[in-house]
Amino acid sequence: MDLISEEKMENMTSMEKIRLILDKVKKGKIVVLESGLTPDEEVRLIEMTMTEIRVDEFTGIEIESYPSKKGGSFLDKIFGKALKGRMTVIGPANQLRTIEKDKYQISTKVSVGD
Amino acid sequence: MGFISSFRDNLGAWINKIFKKKRAKIGLYGPPNAGKTTLANRILKDWSGEEGTFGIVSPIPHETRRAIRKEGLIIKANGSTIELDIVDTPGMATKIDFKEFMAFGLSEAESKKRAKEATEGVIEAIKWLEDLDGILLVMDSTEDPYTQVNVTVIGNMEARKLPLLIVANKMDLPNASPSKIKSAFPQHAVVPISALEGSNIDSLYQAIAAQFG
Repeated sequence: MDLISEEKMENMTSMEKIRLILDKVKKGKIVVLESGLTPDEEVRLIEMTMTEIRVDEFTGIEIESYPSKKGGSFLDKIFGKALKGRMTVIGPANQLRTIEKDKYQISTKVSVGD
Repeated sequence: MGFISSFRDNLGAWINKIFKKKRAKIGLYGPPNAGKTTLANRILKDWSGEEGTFGIVSPIPHETRRAIRKEGLIIKANGSTIELDIVDTPGMATKIDFKEFMAFGLSEAESKKRAKEATEGVIEAIKWLEDLDGILLVMDSTEDPYTQVNVTVIGNMEARKLPLLIVANKMDLPNASPSKIKSAFPQHAVVPISALEGSNIDSLYQAIAAQFG
């Protein structure tokens, strides 16, 4: 499992983030992002995942995050960062399964050695 | 260039506001099997006067694998009229395993073909997000609303500042719980309906006229 800090992600472009996540997940890793992805990056990740699905090799990803929350600071709003990404967990669909999720908690089950 | 394009967009929005242009391109989004095509067919039947349908409906996930568009549906509600172009999109998902389809009795070859087409359908649904004026996010009221597809679609609409109406579908089922959806996404309007039976559908048309008109 890799826990990736907000500092590491904020210096990467969207495509670099998506590639990093998918490469790790396709190797069977669970990735936890401290600050998550923007909504646009999330759909790009889903889109890229769809292009890489292969029968018997990679069936896609399980991704869970909390609903976006609005950035609080005045500067966030000025620079268009009104919606902040939140902690996100991403893993291979055949290894990570969401048990329960609500506004405040995500419970997942991880299968090892599948 | 960015300033000019932004100025042009803002000017267009103001002209539309001033002259009350009531035409909108609306996408039906949601996870597979939420009832998007059932709702699209219901809207078409109620307002087009034609016999056609958006597509066939089945219990097998990813039955709709290509976006289907119908233009110029005139909806009248609340004393106002709105012209809609409706796009019924394939179900959004983050994973597609052909074995899921085999559980519904499809052959391995059919299942693999459907899985391939379903991945293309998800990509098409994502592409349409960039070309819409608003969406109806269709959720199955008997299911947990906190799915990533719902969270991601709502996040995108909020980031783009586009209108969104949540349709809590399948109210005809005994375990339907629209209150869970309302509590999950309290910042958005939620309309409970049964697209299959047509119950409370007039409330949806009123909400569409209010939201997108």
